[in-house]
Amino acid sequence: MSKQPTTSGKKQEVETTGHSWDGIEEYNNPLPRWWLWTFYATIVWAVLYTIAYPAWPGIKEATPGLLGWSTRANVAADIAAVEEANAAINERLASVELTAIADDPELNTYAIQAGGAVFRSWCAQCHGSGAAGVQAAGYPNLLDDAWLWGGTIEDIHYTVAHGIRNEDDPDARYSEMPAYGEIFSEEEIVQVVNYVQQMSGQTPNDAAAAEAGAELFEYNCAACHGENGQGDPFQGAPNLTDAIWLYGGDYDTLMTTVTQARFGVMPAMGGAELSEAEIRAVATYVHQLGGGQ
Amino acid sequence: MAILDKHKILETNATLLLIFSFLVVTVGGLVQIVPLFYLENTIEEVDGMRPYTPLELTGRDIYIREGCYVCHSQMVRPMRDEVERYGHYSLAAESMYDHPFQWGSKRTGPDLARVGGRYSDAWHVDHLRDPQSVVPESVMPKYDYLERTLIDGEYVGDLMRTHRFVGVPYTDEMIENAVADFEAQTDPWGDTDGLIERYGENVNVRNFDGAPGISETDALIAYMQMLGTLVDFSTFTPDASR
Repeated sequence: MSKQPTTSGKKQEVETTGHSWDGIEEYNNPLPRWWLWTFYATIVWAVLYTIAYPAWPGIKEATPGLLGWSTRANVAADIAAVEEANAAINERLASVELTAIADDPELNTYAIQAGGAVFRSWCAQCHGSGAAGVQAAGYPNLLDDAWLWGGTIEDIHYTVAHGIRNEDDPDARYSEMPAYGEIFSEEEIVQVVNYVQQMSGQTPNDAAAAEAGAELFEYNCAACHGENGQGDPFQGAPNLTDAIWLYGGDYDTLMTTVTQARFGVMPAMGGAELSEAEIRAVATYVHQLGGGQ
Repeated sequence: MAILDKHKILETNATLLLIFSFLVVTVGGLVQIVPLFYLENTIEEVDGMRPYTPLELTGRDIYIREGCYVCHSQMVRPMRDEVERYGHYSLAAESMYDHPFQWGSKRTGPDLARVGGRYSDAWHVDHLRDPQSVVPESVMPKYDYLERTLIDGEYVGDLMRTHRFVGVPYTDEMIENAVADFEAQTDPWGDTDGLIERYGENVNVRNFDGAPGISETDALIAYMQMLGTLVDFSTFTPDASR
């Protein structure tokens, strides 16, 4: 940096502001014109803006603005526009026989697309974004052929609308396995667990115990799970003969399940949450994922 | 421009500059803030709002302590995509008993303003213990220690008194019964008449974490299962002018 003060150029001709701070003076250059006019324009814009949009507070309410703009009116209009665009097909979806949806290509495509969106927003947190559930954690896989409460489109529709074992919907699907820790002795639980292991095609830890468990199963478990353990979708009783387990089929997990029982809850999606068309859409989506009956 | 010349007095006197700056900020603040307290379209009254139960209030404190608001907002904005995903947009009145409000400013996780009733209690327990176990793509940290921390509501009466001090209408009766209500809400087989009488029919009474004792997880789930459920939107019609 040069120590010499600038002696050339027009700056010499500009006056200073007259301020002097420790010998430092300030040129009184005018503001650049483009900047000044932009500044004035913003002031004009601000005034016009407060006239056009809600702005100035009054006694009871703020000035509403000439454009009548309101966030609530806007979102209501947005929603109404989409609902109107889909009104005809939603009406059809909500009124046809559930089983007829799959036979109507246009309706079916619409239901699957809309249902996919509903699923990703409302169902994916428990059943997984790919609908595979969470293995051995109580969140059922919706891709396979095993259905706790039935896999027909009507069954799925009812489950989505009313949920399972929740307190909000009086029509929710309900069943409750007793906690056998309070009914059986430890030995009896071991026996019945061994029997269930054998029933599901596993090698029981203790073949003798499994044999003893057969009778216990017949008198205590068969009423819901069926004589052969094939389950009963009317009571939400799982099939115990296959390799599909909601909470896990290994010895330790079965011990826990029989001792404490399980009580999986699914919220009802009907009522305030989803419209009938949305419920039907998501039921159609789930039904076509692979396991629908 | 005589008045501009007078400005020099302010510019050369630090104390005066401070006083006048304060006056300018005060006027600006008053104009912006005061109307919000009396304009009819900023103080919408809705049915259903009630002060939080002692357990919910405790859960709310845990929510704040753990910094949940850093990643989760509690405000569904009035836009179609948000309404489709989360439910009815939030109303100012729904935060009327929030001190401070939990609107948040950033969503790393989803909005929680309407999370109440959306998932089962068991899901919340699994999710707090290990979020990736139920949502593999989640980046949420584990809050498994909450279920191991048992609480007894020893100071919940004081907490309610503090909230009353800033305007939440807790009655003397509510505060006297704070610990009893705190315990009653986690015991579906216990005596919940007082709790229901004081806070209303829609109080969730369950053993939220499914384990014996009242843990921080119980309180947090009680709080979350209440969020967004107090106003009945099947009977509420929003006033478009607001």
